[in-house]
Order: sequence, then structure tokens, then C-alpha cells
Amino acid sequence: MLKIDNLHATAGDKEILKGISLTVNAGEVHAIMGPNGSGKSTLAQIIAGHPGYVVTAGSVIYEGKDLLAMPAEERAQAGVFLAFQYPIEIPGVTNAYFFRSAYNEVRKANGKEELDPIEFLDLMEKKLKLVEMDEAMLHRSVNAGFSGGEKKRNEILQMAVLEPKLAILDETDSGLDIDALRVVAGGVNALRRPDNATIVVTHYQRLLNYIVPDFVHVLAHGRIVMSGGKELALELEARGYDWVKEAA
Amino acid sequence: MNTARTTYEQAFSALRASGGPSWLPALRREAMDRFSALGFPTTRNEDWHFTSVTPIAERVFKVAPTRSGPATLSPADVAALVIGDPDWHRLVFVNGRFEASLSAFAGLPAEVRVTTLAEALKESPEFVAEHLGKLASGEGQTFTAFNTAFAQDGVVIHVPGGEVVEAPVHIVHIADAQAAGAGIHPRLLVVAEALSRLTIIESFASTGSFGAAYLTNAVAEIEVGNGARVDHYKIQRESTDAFHVGTTQVRQGRDSMYHSFSYAAGAAISRTNVYTQLAGENGETRLNGLYLIDGTQHADHQTFVEHLAPGCASRELYKGILDGSSHGVFNGKVYVDPVAQKTDGKQTNHALLLSEHARVDTKPQLEIFADDVKCTHGATVGRLDEDALFYMKSRGLGAENARALLTYAFAAEVLETIEVDALREGLEALAFARFTQSFGEQH
Ligand SMILES: Nc1ncnc2c1ncn2[C@@H]1O[C@H](COP(=O)(O)OP(=O)(O)O)[C@@H](O)[C@H]1O
Ligand SMILES: [Mg+2]
Repeated sequence: MLKIDNLHATAGDKEILKGISLTVNAGEVHAIMGPNGSGKSTLAQIIAGHPGYVVTAGSVIYEGKDLLAMPAEERAQAGVFLAFQYPIEIPGVTNAYFFRSAYNEVRKANGKEELDPIEFLDLMEKKLKLVEMDEAMLHRSVNAGFSGGEKKRNEILQMAVLEPKLAILDETDSGLDIDALRVVAGGVNALRRPDNATIVVTHYQRLLNYIVPDFVHVLAHGRIVMSGGKELALELEARGYDWVKEAA
Repeated sequence: MNTARTTYEQAFSALRASGGPSWLPALRREAMDRFSALGFPTTRNEDWHFTSVTPIAERVFKVAPTRSGPATLSPADVAALVIGDPDWHRLVFVNGRFEASLSAFAGLPAEVRVTTLAEALKESPEFVAEHLGKLASGEGQTFTAFNTAFAQDGVVIHVPGGEVVEAPVHIVHIADAQAAGAGIHPRLLVVAEALSRLTIIESFASTGSFGAAYLTNAVAEIEVGNGARVDHYKIQRESTDAFHVGTTQVRQGRDSMYHSFSYAAGAAISRTNVYTQLAGENGETRLNGLYLIDGTQHADHQTFVEHLAPGCASRELYKGILDGSSHGVFNGKVYVDPVAQKTDGKQTNHALLLSEHARVDTKPQLEIFADDVKCTHGATVGRLDEDALFYMKSRGLGAENARALLTYAFAAEVLETIEVDALREGLEALAFARFTQSFGEQH
């Protein structure tokens, strides 16, 4: 589904990614762990199409297509979704309107019929339950004045609405209490299917008790320095990131 | 403006051959003299520093012709040109002349008087004499003097103490092809006595562009009595080859509230002045506005809030969205008199530039002579937030739609301050359509 090969990227004068290779197949859950500043968010943002990074070498192939050649909206329409580490506030645009617009554009791009506001509200009711959010959230401006936890739930809500093929969760767990964590993880698990894949970016092992990964990769200084099964996360938790840095 | 002055002087003499109460000719003569003596302001005048009225000064606007024959507009035409509602009282003027057949304002409370200026001069000349030209004297104000000299008609509203006018009074000014080359000088006089309540909506529109520019030069004088509240919406959607100057002069009593909203999307050059005096304790002024301009349009708002009594509050929020090589100006003046302790003033203005060539000039001016006051102002000029655009695109929204939605959201914050539902919804739809074109249906 996703094949990243020798990816190098810079922002400004700074080289952030220094040769990342990673293959994700349908049905898999990959965890990317690593210390702060190692390049996890940069990798996630580049996959989503953020214009602020320059890819200097390497390739990203998604479902046989050159992902890096596609504008951000086409990637989303093709099923790529990023839950932001820091979701953006958009005062003046309601969640309901934003979600419906996004949903309908994705449907349109895939040759499916758009939903009218009433039909969409029906759909939303189910999705809201999944992340245990109140309908009132729909009528608030996108993320504006939301608490940290509300913003993260709102990301998962969008994911639930858009039903992506490849979901990347960038530190969706940070700042969540244990109940919120359970709700978010429950939402993600409910959306798992054999034909989609998830990349969970996290700093802590905690989330991986709820979203169990097939593979764990450790990113340090812009490189994947170690890969393994789910037990690698536990080992990391026990031994700390210094151990990886030494091993690298 | 020597040749122009002579031509205006001749037009003035021709206009004033007959009619009206005895005091009126003197008032007009004085205004005419003032207009001639002042001349049109240049950019050396501090109040007009960023707005050149040369295109107005170098033309001579003729007196709009009186309609001969049947009305050229139907009620349906009017409905298509302005945002309206069947519940609103409606007075329609075409090229500055009252059109009774298009107007409907029968269901007002018995004590409340709403008439045309021409009618009021016949029916209650003493009342008009007492108020006309008192707040808007035209002193130092060319355009106000110009209006007083040439005003053909207008509206007089008198709301006696304690009376509440539930439905808005909608004053519609439409320019049709006959307006080409003409100067139209609508006048509005409002006296809202103690504890009364009134909502006024002024709409300025045109049936199209006629090649030759016209000038709308409107003046409103509004007295807001003790404990009274007046809401005043001005919707300016003139032809983009017209000129529009509008001056509203307000005086507020104790515990009163004046709320103004200015929507400015039309005219080649527009200047909107809102001047309020908080003359009694605990008064409140709320001035909001939105301007949307494109091409070579120029839109200038000037506000002047005079805090003349203690404990008053003023709030201003103006927003502009500028495309093409348009030019926006906001000049917000606040004066706090030595006696006006506990003044609470806040002024905010934000401009959003959609193109490289659009430009905004902002000038806040605070003159504070009391020590126990809270006065703030803030201004920003910016472009669409790139992070927000990326966020929206990452959810599948096309680049165009993301920009449109974000632009609309910028406008929505100030449109939300409109308290008349049908008007707010109408303007939201207009703004939405303007930015989204073919993008889905409305909120
Ligand atoms: N747009 C940017 N411009 C400059 N430096 C950046 C930019 N984005 C990230 N960085 C830098 O790249 C490094 C990796 O950042 P990031 O990918 O956010 O790390 P992580 O998510 O692993 O904590 C950090 O040193 C960060 O400061
Ligand atoms: Mg990060």
C-alpha cells in the first residue's frame, strides 16, 4: 500500500529526514516511535503533503502512484489521512460544514454521490458515538477553543467520517487522560479493516497497549535505527531512548 | 473647482425657486456657501489623507431628473436588488425621489411618525426646523454641506418616548440608468426619544452600471434619547462605477445604545463616516463593519467616537477583504473628554488581503484627556493562514474551496453581530456566494 524508499527531506537549511525506508501493507499497523525532534511529524506531514518540506531524494509510492507528485487534497481523496499532532483551529467554519464539505469532495472525487445535510447528520450521529462526542460539537467552529483532548477526538472523528485507507496518527495519545485514550484507541480499532493500514506515531508505549502494532520502528536523527515486533515498544519503554541512540 | 462652483451655484439657484417653510432657504443658502468655501478635500487634509476624491471633484454632478411617466421598477425588481423582508416597513427612493408605489410602511405604532422629508416639511415644519442640520451642521464637512444644499428628499423618523418599533424601517435607495451623471443627496433624520427602540436599515443599490458615474452623498442625523436604543444598518452595494459618501452623525443620551453596522461592497470610491457623541452617562456605542472590495475599488471607513460623559463604552470591529488592486482605509478616532472617567473603549480592525496588489491603510487615533479610562485598539493586515489551508486540503478539500471557506469564515465573525436575522442571513449568503462561486450550497 505504501512504500517509502530512501526518503531525504529538508526544511529551510536543515536536513530532517536522512534516508527513510518503510513498507506498509494493507491490514498492518505500524508504530513509529522515537525521541522528540527525531523527525516523526516531518515524515507524517510529508506523507500528507505539507508544502513546507522539500524532498531532496527518495520516493513515496502509494497504491502504485507517486504520492509526492500529488497535491494534498488528492492524497486525501485517494484515502490518505493524517491526524495532526497539533490540530489547526478554524474560527468561523463549523465542524458540521467542514466535515460535510470534505466528505462530499472525497466522495465526488471517487465518483460517489454526495450527501445532503440531513443524510450527513444521520451519518454523523453514528460517528459521534464512536468517539463519544456530543452533537453540540458539530456546531462549534473547527477546533476553536477546544481542549487538547477535544481536539484529538475531533481528529479521530474526522478519520471516522472519511474512512481512510491509510491513516497516520501523529501523537494522538499525547495529552490524553486514560479514559480519552481508551476512547480514541477504541475508535481507531473499530475502523480497522483488512484493506486499510494505520501508522501510529507515538512517543510512549502506553497507546500501543490499546492499538496493538504488527511492527515497531524507532526513528532517531531522521533515520529508522531499529525495527521489530510489538515487544520492541516494551523494551524501549524499559530501557529508554538512550539505548537506541547507543545501538544506532 | 471654479467652473464646477459656478455650475453648482446655477443648479442651486434653479432648484430653490419655490416651496418649503420660510427658514429652509436660509439653511440651504448657508450650506451652499459653506460647500463653495470649503471645496472638496484634498489628500493634504488629514481626514482624507488616504482617499483622493479628485474623481468626484473634477466632475460636475447634475441634479437627478424627476421621473416623468410610470415607475420603471416593479416591487419584484426592488426585491431582487436589495435584501429585504415582508415584515419590514419599506420606503423606496429611486434616484433620490420617493416612490410611493414601491413603499409600504402602514403598520407602524400610531404615535410613531415615519415620513418623507418633503412631507415632514409640510406637515411638521417646526419639528424639522428643530432638528435638521443640528447634528450634521456641515461645519468643516464639504460633503455634509453639499448634501444640505442639494437634498431633494429623504426620511424623517420620530419615535416618541417609550415607543418600540418592532420591525425594522428599511430605507431603500436605488439608482437606475437615469442617475447617470447625477448627484443624489439622500437625507435621514431620526429622533428616538427616551426609552424608545428603533431599527433602521439603509440599502443602497443600483440597477447596473451605466457608463457615466453617479454620486450618492448621504447624510443621516440620529438622536438617541436617554435609555433609548437605535440599531442602524447600512448596506452599500452601489454600482462599481459610482461614488458613495455617507455620513452618519449621532448624539446619544444617558444609558442609551447606538449600534451601527456598515456593509460596503459597491462603488468605485466609497467613504463611510460614522460619528457618535456619547453625551450622557453609561451610554454604549457599537460600531461594526465589513467591506469587500476588488478590482480598483477604494473603500474608506472613518469613525469618530467622542466620550463626553463618564462610564460610557464603545466597541468597534471592522473587517475588510480586499482582492485585485483594491485599496481599503480605516481611520478610527476616539476622543475621551476630561470628564469622561471610566470610559471603556475598544477598537479592532482586521484586513485580509487576497492579492499581492491590494492595499490597506489603517490609522487609529486616540486622544485621551481623562486618567481613569480603558482604551485599546488593535489592527492586523494579513493573508489566509497557510496552516489552516493545508489542514483543510489534508481532509480532501480542493485548494480553491479551502481558500473560499477560510475567506468566508473571516467575514462571518463580523456578520454574526447583525441582530436582524433576515439581514444577517442575506448578507451571509451574499458573502458566501461571492467567495465560493460554485462551491456547494450554503451553511
Ligand atoms: N518547518 C520546519 N522548519 C524548520 N525546522 C523544522 C521544521 N519542521 C521540523 N523542524 C525540525 O526538524 C526536527 C524534527 O521535527 P519533528 O518532525 O517535528 O520531530 P518529532 O515529531 O519527531 O518530535 C526538529 O529539530 C524540528 O525543530
Ligand atoms: Mg512530532
